[in-house]
Amino acid sequence: MGDSMQRHAPVYSSAKVASYDVEKIRADFPILGRLMNGKPLAYLDNAATSQKPVQVIESLDRYYNEYNANVYRGVYRISEEATLAYENARKKIAQLINAKYPSEIIFVRGTTEAINLVAHSWGRQNIGLGESIMLTEMEHHSNIVPWQLLTREKTAQLKYVGVTDDARLDQEDFHGHLENGGVKLFAVTHVSNVLGTINPIKEMTREAHMHNCRVVVDAAQSVPHMPVDVQDLDCDFLAFSGHKMCGPTGIGVLYGKRELLEKMEPYQTGGEMIREVHLYESTYKDPPFKFEAGTTDIAGAIGLGTAVDYLSKIGFRNVRNHERELANYTLDKLQRIKHMKIFGPEESAMRGGVISFNLADVHAHDMASLLDEDGVAVRSGHHCAQPLMERLGIESTTRASLYLYNTEAEIDRLVESIGRAGRVFKI
Amino acid sequence: MSSVYSEIILDYYRHPRNKGTLSNPQIKARDSNPLCGDMIEMQLELDGDGKVDDVKFNGQGCAISQASASMLTELVKGKKLDEVRAISKEDILSLIGGQLSAVRLKCALLSLKVLKTGVYGYLGSMDSSKDELSTL
Repeated sequence: MGDSMQRHAPVYSSAKVASYDVEKIRADFPILGRLMNGKPLAYLDNAATSQKPVQVIESLDRYYNEYNANVYRGVYRISEEATLAYENARKKIAQLINAKYPSEIIFVRGTTEAINLVAHSWGRQNIGLGESIMLTEMEHHSNIVPWQLLTREKTAQLKYVGVTDDARLDQEDFHGHLENGGVKLFAVTHVSNVLGTINPIKEMTREAHMHNCRVVVDAAQSVPHMPVDVQDLDCDFLAFSGHKMCGPTGIGVLYGKRELLEKMEPYQTGGEMIREVHLYESTYKDPPFKFEAGTTDIAGAIGLGTAVDYLSKIGFRNVRNHERELANYTLDKLQRIKHMKIFGPEESAMRGGVISFNLADVHAHDMASLLDEDGVAVRSGHHCAQPLMERLGIESTTRASLYLYNTEAEIDRLVESIGRAGRVFKI
Repeated sequence: MSSVYSEIILDYYRHPRNKGTLSNPQIKARDSNPLCGDMIEMQLELDGDGKVDDVKFNGQGCAISQASASMLTELVKGKKLDEVRAISKEDILSLIGGQLSAVRLKCALLSLKVLKTGVYGYLGSMDSSKDELSTL
């Protein structure tokens, strides 16, 4: 890591995070030492994917070097070791989100596959002609398109909860749709990947349940960043990805309440998910195995388990506090830039570490290219949320998204680089 | 590092030449870059000799995609379709100047792709040109 990072070491005023040693955390992430155009990489695209600590990378190495074997099938020692590590990862994840049973944790490829699983299995069984699925205008495409296909197949309807001018879900829309009846499912993001808005999932779930409406939560931007308790939220399904929380790509999680999973048909079929196969019929294993056909991403699951250990040791409350303070710092600095438009809620209690902005008429892609020249990695575009872009009346935004290893010094570089972009564009 | 954002690019971005629509274009095509959301439409009117009599573009997106589209319209005006067909990637890059990453190259070349799609469609030679278009 460059000396300049040390020089600008952040100072925290809050006693809560006095013990939070961001430089010690940074030392666990080899990639953060990489130089871009001679400057250390300032990685601010964590909503897209997070970087990986050595602990996770080494746990993948260890699996492949020392006990690589398929799970459940072998009676030899390394297969038992692999099975144990795989199932331990499931237990760690169950504990992390406070699921009642480890069997409520299904390993999938990521949030997208988790939502598709719910649509294909629960959705096909439970959504009927003329019934409705309720979404919101701030959903990621992965929480829109599966429901479009399902409602088309079932001649059912989609209803949308709008986004207010202060970047929240329109509660009147929400009450209205429920009271009009026929809404069987509410699919909603926990934290918006564009606005950073933290939605009141617990309250909305309680109300949805009073109307016999199930709730599936896209937690891709929440589980990595803050404590999430599925029993407290009482949601029926919750989906998230491993790669956004220091884990490998290719592994993700669907949580589902046991009583629902037990009644659901399989999603994909094949090996390892069946109890008995005959020529004309088969019976399936119990959840979660019923939903894990074929050889799953064993290494990925084990790596995700290690990522959960890593983050739990630092503490999700500490991660949240760090991001919240850094988001405040970022918002404060950005607000001082002339012709800067920032999207999302103003109160930090209501938002995660996702900050979208546009500077005057500088297109987001031009902004991101100019920031890249300074070694600052941000995302630009519609962020797979075109309906939200339409609602905001824009084509795209530049997005900086924070994580546990980001520093005020990196935000200073972001701000400085935005200033340079402004000068290039003669703003 | 030489920035691609020269005075010229910014001038074409903020004051695009030949932006708009034509009343009677024989050639019309549009495409978008799904990654960026850049969108370009090209319209061409030909004169009796088959030369480009007038050309307009319309669209939205980053400075590179919009400026290169505008520069391209100036380049094709008065040219025969055979000459338009011969315009290459390199021609566009030399108009723009500066270095572009692979991702941003797509922004720069979107207008050329749209133009060629339109011209090939008009000439009825779409199939034989798919390979070329896929490299843009």
